[in-house]
Amino acid sequence: MPDPDRSTNGGPAARRPDAADAPEGSSLPDATERRISRRRMVGYLLAAPTLVAAARFMDPEPAAAEGLPGPTIPEFFDLSDVLNVVAAPTYGLLAITIDKQGNAHFQLPRSENGQGITTTFTMIIADEMDLPMSKVKVTLMPAEPKLLFNQLTAGSSSVFTLYEPVRRAAAVARTQLQRTAARELGVPGRDLTLKDGVFTASHGGSIDFGALTEKAAVKRMIEFEPKLKKASAQKLIGTEQKRVDALDIVMGRKTFTMDLQPKDASPTMICRPPTLNAAATAIQNKAAVLKMPGVTHVLLVPHSDDVQGGVAVVARTFGQCIEAIRALKVSWTKGPIAGRTEQSIKQDLAKAELPMTPALGKVIEETFTFNFRSGSALETNCAVADVRKDRAEIWAPLKSPQWAQGKIAELLKLNVESVKVNVMDGGGSFGRRLFCDGAFEAAVISRSIGQPVKLMWHRADDARHGRHHPLTTSKVRITTGGGAVLQYDQRHTAVPTDFTQGLGDYLTAAETRLPLQNFAQFSETVFTTTANVPYNFGVVTQLLNEIDAFNTFNTSSVRNVYSPDVATATELMVDRVAKEFGRDPMEFRLAFAKDERMKGVLNAVKKAGNWGRKMVPNTAQGIAMRNEYKGRTACLVEIDCTPPTVNRKIRQAVTGPRVTKIVFAIDVGLPINPLGLKAQVMGGCMDGIAQALTYSHHLKDGNFIEASWDNSAYTRQWNVPPVVEIIVMPQTSEVAGGAGEASVGTTMAAVACAYARATGKMPTEFPINHNSPLHFTPYPASPPVPEVPSDGLERAGIKRKTTKKKRAARKKKRPAAKKPATRTSTSTTSK
Amino acid sequence: MPNHTFIVNGKKVSVDVEDDVRLLWVLRDVLKIHGPKYGCGIGVCRACTCHLNGKAFNPCVTPVKDILPTDEVTTIEGLAPSVGKAIHPMQQAWLDVDVAQCGYCQPGQIMAAVDVVKTAQRQKRKVTDDDLDQIRNVCRCGTYPRIRQAIRQGEAAMPVLKVTKPKKRKAKKKKPAARKPSKSGAEITGSTE
Repeated sequence: MPDPDRSTNGGPAARRPDAADAPEGSSLPDATERRISRRRMVGYLLAAPTLVAAARFMDPEPAAAEGLPGPTIPEFFDLSDVLNVVAAPTYGLLAITIDKQGNAHFQLPRSENGQGITTTFTMIIADEMDLPMSKVKVTLMPAEPKLLFNQLTAGSSSVFTLYEPVRRAAAVARTQLQRTAARELGVPGRDLTLKDGVFTASHGGSIDFGALTEKAAVKRMIEFEPKLKKASAQKLIGTEQKRVDALDIVMGRKTFTMDLQPKDASPTMICRPPTLNAAATAIQNKAAVLKMPGVTHVLLVPHSDDVQGGVAVVARTFGQCIEAIRALKVSWTKGPIAGRTEQSIKQDLAKAELPMTPALGKVIEETFTFNFRSGSALETNCAVADVRKDRAEIWAPLKSPQWAQGKIAELLKLNVESVKVNVMDGGGSFGRRLFCDGAFEAAVISRSIGQPVKLMWHRADDARHGRHHPLTTSKVRITTGGGAVLQYDQRHTAVPTDFTQGLGDYLTAAETRLPLQNFAQFSETVFTTTANVPYNFGVVTQLLNEIDAFNTFNTSSVRNVYSPDVATATELMVDRVAKEFGRDPMEFRLAFAKDERMKGVLNAVKKAGNWGRKMVPNTAQGIAMRNEYKGRTACLVEIDCTPPTVNRKIRQAVTGPRVTKIVFAIDVGLPINPLGLKAQVMGGCMDGIAQALTYSHHLKDGNFIEASWDNSAYTRQWNVPPVVEIIVMPQTSEVAGGAGEASVGTTMAAVACAYARATGKMPTEFPINHNSPLHFTPYPASPPVPEVPSDGLERAGIKRKTTKKKRAARKKKRPAAKKPATRTSTSTTSK
Repeated sequence: MPNHTFIVNGKKVSVDVEDDVRLLWVLRDVLKIHGPKYGCGIGVCRACTCHLNGKAFNPCVTPVKDILPTDEVTTIEGLAPSVGKAIHPMQQAWLDVDVAQCGYCQPGQIMAAVDVVKTAQRQKRKVTDDDLDQIRNVCRCGTYPRIRQAIRQGEAAMPVLKVTKPKKRKAKKKKPAARKPSKSGAEITGSTE
């Protein structure tokens, strides 16, 4: 077969800055060598009945420095790069398949939880192949061990790691289709134009992808370097596109894990301990609970590092599981946290703080405390498991599906190949779906009872026993002299962030559990690759220390991991130094910002947000900035701390200071879908507001007291700023930086700074209301789930004037001697 | 086991289930209607919001015995048909604004939004910022500002409510039709599976 590139007749050249001088249509090998500097990528045609194209990196190398190497690590090698390098060797397995209807299919080895990556990759493939977006079908790939580390969804890295290889695979497919079309239509490739998946020859003949795919298929794998479209020829990249699943969502058709209807799978829930990570030792009233309506199984699920466990209840409906859980009497161990309080943990943190280096000038120093925050999503932990003697199949929203597959095989003593793990769309993640808590429990229970289960966590359990952002302190010391900052030191001390998902595969996950490895392999790496000071502040040291074992508390890389706390401590201290120097916070930041991209976002919010405008007492503006995930962000907020606002009353709610305006600018390098990007920024802003002002969990008697969304004061409509303006900066780089969490830390810091300026007092503990009197009466820890109210109609203001009569009438209608239906008898009446 | 009949999305249903089982589980686990989502089970997060005779309520805190044979329950799946359209103006506004992120809370958000507009219309006024501030539905993805924008757009596109009396008559007319068994199995019979 001839070199496919030669037949494309000077097609689009690769879109890289270093390729700008490559003459168009020049002989390919040379041009390509010059073009591919940092990452050498090739494409493949894979042997298959229809056309299958793929791409991968040849020699994964660390990313080159984007600018001048500075004193902190993230500037030249950040978390995105770590995830990119570990993912690189397996990109070859990312394949695009063209079916006979002309649709392009791509299985995305990532997890979609609302971040919009299925839409982004639909755009990337559609653009590169000149297909309408409706003809690109992106689905989530089941666990695939051959992908090694390349199946982890974390660190806002999906687009950054996969943009180039997926584009390249699409280009291979287009090139091969074009060659085949040229042959079929009997014209040279240059005579063909491609639009919406149809090639048209200058003489008028045309042929579409569907008709070409079998003819374009190859019998042996063929390797070649495709030409990518020129930036100027791209029609979708950089344009605003709506979510591909939006229609299904608004019609109520989008299928989440608990909407699956596997045959014979019964609702299953777990009665959880009154203290965190305690184990059930005995069920005192099993027989009585088994007699409750709908209940079919009650069983003890032993606690382990992988399975939190407790007592599982299987019933006809989840409602009946909840009633059974409330009725259960269970004996429990005390658990690892019994006897510890927030205060004692804070003392432990203080003792573990790493020492500062000696200071050589005037010193400003402060320690900030950041309380536990829940990573609960709206969809609670859940999984469907169908475990048979020799095989198992799991459905769950999972960000580390390979780990789930390996661990479930281990738990069930099955071969890995006998365990199929399907990745479902998740109802939000925020870092919590890196862990597979629901899937492990479902697998173990399904094995025990010998039938499929639909396992769901109760909200109260998700709030209390779910994954948290760890309690953290951050000491910042800034040393100044002669109008300059000479030294910046930060000592972060925290309850461990559980990184035992490893790199999402079975092996690193297992390794991370060895003593001290969670910290040595991950905490430290993630901290040093994300923490940075985006200012010219002389000598910078930022260090992390952690107390306890990874599994003392249930934590994970919740929402932006360390960054919200690092950024908030930094930015508050920056404001203090600016004040010390007698300089305006905005002007100070512009003067000390490390690079032009940072100044770009600062200037954007300065102008759009009208920085420095006159404000009434108890209201103020605040500004913060951040360099992360290959992007730059700046956030300007206005906050209202006037008494009428702070004291406004809403039932079962935290009101308090209100952010009245957010102006946020993001320079993500290469914005692929600005509409989706703005959505991600908006979500992060709401999170940042919550983390600064209202959202934390309180540890008491070995458990968190918050058990509902009215207890955990995450941002609600009454906290939402009436004005939110998000500015997506024009393209500044060829690299698509991370979007998912880029705005969380920046917003939290900006809100904190605004609050400090409005009230004249710099807060040192977050959220600012953590030590205020509670706005709710905590539900008991035992039974673990609250009583279910039954006054739904009354709450809705629905009055029944003739209720009694109608009820009487209805009673008469009922068949008198109807026996209680059993599973088998009623199943005959159903479809 | 007691039998309960009522109307869901225009179709008469009949289920055998204990009186105190909350309607959410009757919809989801028995009738397999999955638009209303579980988010808390205690009437806080509002992810399960549906309409009862056109008014928003939370089936997770409503025992099935409280639903009368003449009651019309509308879930997100029945919202568009309830106005005789392929898509309800509020759903269209949701698409136009690209509100959803993960989408889990959105059925409840849309059902609540329609109710906010209808409530304002009953009071012969427009939706206010205060109305929007009072919406309790939780969105953990934080797409709140787009929800506010979509409600404004949906309000503008929604026909103004008429007085309630003729509506009642309409509902009565509908019922006999709904009772006829149709080829597509319009009548859903609830059971364990």
